[in-house]
Amino acid sequence: MLTYIVRRVLYMIPTVFLISVVAFIVINLPPGDYLTSMVAMQMEEGDAAAAQAQAERLRVRYGLGEPVIVQYWRWISGIVLRGDFGHSFEWRRPVSSLIWTRLALTFVLSLTTTMFIWIVAIPIGIYSAVKQYSIGDYVATTVGFIGLAIPNFLLALIFMYIGFSVFGQNVGGLYSPQYIGEPWTIDKILNMLTHLWIPVVVLGTAGTAGLIRTMRANLLDELRKPYVVTARSKGLTERRVIMKYPVRIAMNFFVSAQSNILVSLISGATIVSVVLNLPTTGPLLLGALMAQDMYLAATFILLLSTLNVISTLISDIVLAWLDPRIRYS
Amino acid sequence: MHLPFWSRIRKTRQGKLAGDEPIGVGDNPLLREETTGASEETQWRLIWRRFRRHHLAMGGLVVVLMLYGVAACAEFLAPMNPRAFDSKYPYAPPQRVRMFHESEEGVSFRPHVLDYRVELDSVQMTRVFHDDPDQVVDLGFFVETEPYRLMGFIPMRRQFFGPVNPDHSFFLLGADRLGRDLLSRMIYGTRISMTVGLIGVTLSLVLGITLGGMSGYFGGWIDNLIQRLIEFLQSIPSIPLWLGLSAAIPPRVDPLMVYFYITIILSILGWTGLGRVVRGKFMSLKTEDFVLAARLDGCSSGRIIRRHMVPSFMSHIIATTTLAIPHMIIGETSLSFLGLGLRPPVISWGVLLQEAQNIRTVATAPWLLLPGAMVAVAVLALNFLGDGLRDASDPYA
Repeated sequence: MLTYIVRRVLYMIPTVFLISVVAFIVINLPPGDYLTSMVAMQMEEGDAAAAQAQAERLRVRYGLGEPVIVQYWRWISGIVLRGDFGHSFEWRRPVSSLIWTRLALTFVLSLTTTMFIWIVAIPIGIYSAVKQYSIGDYVATTVGFIGLAIPNFLLALIFMYIGFSVFGQNVGGLYSPQYIGEPWTIDKILNMLTHLWIPVVVLGTAGTAGLIRTMRANLLDELRKPYVVTARSKGLTERRVIMKYPVRIAMNFFVSAQSNILVSLISGATIVSVVLNLPTTGPLLLGALMAQDMYLAATFILLLSTLNVISTLISDIVLAWLDPRIRYS
Repeated sequence: MHLPFWSRIRKTRQGKLAGDEPIGVGDNPLLREETTGASEETQWRLIWRRFRRHHLAMGGLVVVLMLYGVAACAEFLAPMNPRAFDSKYPYAPPQRVRMFHESEEGVSFRPHVLDYRVELDSVQMTRVFHDDPDQVVDLGFFVETEPYRLMGFIPMRRQFFGPVNPDHSFFLLGADRLGRDLLSRMIYGTRISMTVGLIGVTLSLVLGITLGGMSGYFGGWIDNLIQRLIEFLQSIPSIPLWLGLSAAIPPRVDPLMVYFYITIILSILGWTGLGRVVRGKFMSLKTEDFVLAARLDGCSSGRIIRRHMVPSFMSHIIATTTLAIPHMIIGETSLSFLGLGLRPPVISWGVLLQEAQNIRTVATAPWLLLPGAMVAVAVLALNFLGDGLRDASDPYA
């Protein structure tokens, strides 16, 4: 088991390294850099010569005129050696001062949504399988399909619209306006919990729908197996017949699907946060990409991907722990 | 069960499928010849028969065909010019179609809508739209319009329905910020949104079959390399990567080029899933007897793949491909909605939804969310269709 974990962790290193390369290349694809757009903006205001001079100074200071490889080396060595993620041009602050709260909130949001998905999907999935073709099963299936079909940003828009036109309030944000920029207190966290459910529901709908369907299908496969008949014929209570083995086996899938769920949640959270105006990574990443704020954008892509890789790692380890065949192959 | 390369499945006299027999008997035509009856059915007929029993999937097929029909005949179906703006009607609400008209001569059957009388509310700075009973806009089917070419080559002078007088405006589903007809824009948007999915999926399919096939057929270090590549691509969250790549599309490039960039961007991640499926199929097929037989007969690798292996998993690939289209559509819609995908003057559902970004705008003009309903319908229909195809793709199960 230990060798398996060590092997997987070592395997993570080249992956994260490659991701950092790709993230940096992607960020450098657009022609020009942040300073070109800054100069263009200042030129419109009329101050061409001064803008050029200032841009030249900044370009030398941040090494923007140098080849991409040199820039990449400076960025990555800063991260590895000093924990320095570079400088955000747009915010005029070090990247590390901007990202951690937002990344933590993204993580909290994704984790809460995962729990929501599990809590909702497992019982409904079991119900749908046990009571196949009942009215409840049809309702669950229909709702599930619709949940899959509506893109989550559209769902966010619909929530916003209903909140705005029926309740007359803005349902966006993660806490009430008076807490914005305040330090983290118990009050603020409680306030956040009352706001958190909307993004959780919006983000979780598609995942829930998918898991209900898979849980139902897996459990149906199990329920048809002879050992279930045997258990029933031996006089076990119906509850025990279903919960003891079939449900447990059908749940194995949840562990292996977990990394995929988290990947899609982190990805989906990006766009939902933009619509709902959440203080997570999404809006900042979008803004950074639009403004070619390259260190900020590259850092976000790198860290979000790393979060993904880590969650895959965790689910692989749990799966190996559950199923010994995996760790010996 | 896997299909032999002669790919014709005969029914035995007992009504049992030949493919259900143990391998060695079922795959040997000489042995089977004796037990087969006269009726022969191709694999595709069997699939179709199974598929037809799946009602949701049939419904999905009908809706998908209708959507592509709408995409092909947008000029004929759209009642208005989708680009014609009118400063008189920004955010005009949907008009109610009235069937009967009352006048001094009595009630007559005359489908029409009432034109709007627009008042400016100077306090709230909004426009108020009132029905104007004096201004009747007659509607009709197959009304005359400016000449156009249907599907690019059939010259036409009439459209499906619209105002009888081409100068009148008509907003069945309301108007947008510039007073453009939303229904017509949604119809034109179908063209772009549905084909982005199709072209994106075709690109993914080419990549997926080539790389996945190589991976599964050759195995060894090629397989290892391609599998690591797939794992790597799948470890990057899709939307941030898409956003990063679309931000790289130069701002002043031709809209058609943007369209192609977007499909390529969507396919960069899209092929990985298909690649996995193809690889899995190749792995399981390459140890089959009929592949070995073909190789012993001296067939080249290319021929074995094309003639013997691909036909036996094509149906499965088609199902997987259908299920991949909705992802592409949602991807395009999301990117365009955020302003990083297709941009005006191109009309797609995502571009139309961009107008609904501001919640205050949506509150005054909720019909701007309607393109989202189109997305949901298309995605749902394609999902049903794909599910049905997947169930039917293995007619021997």
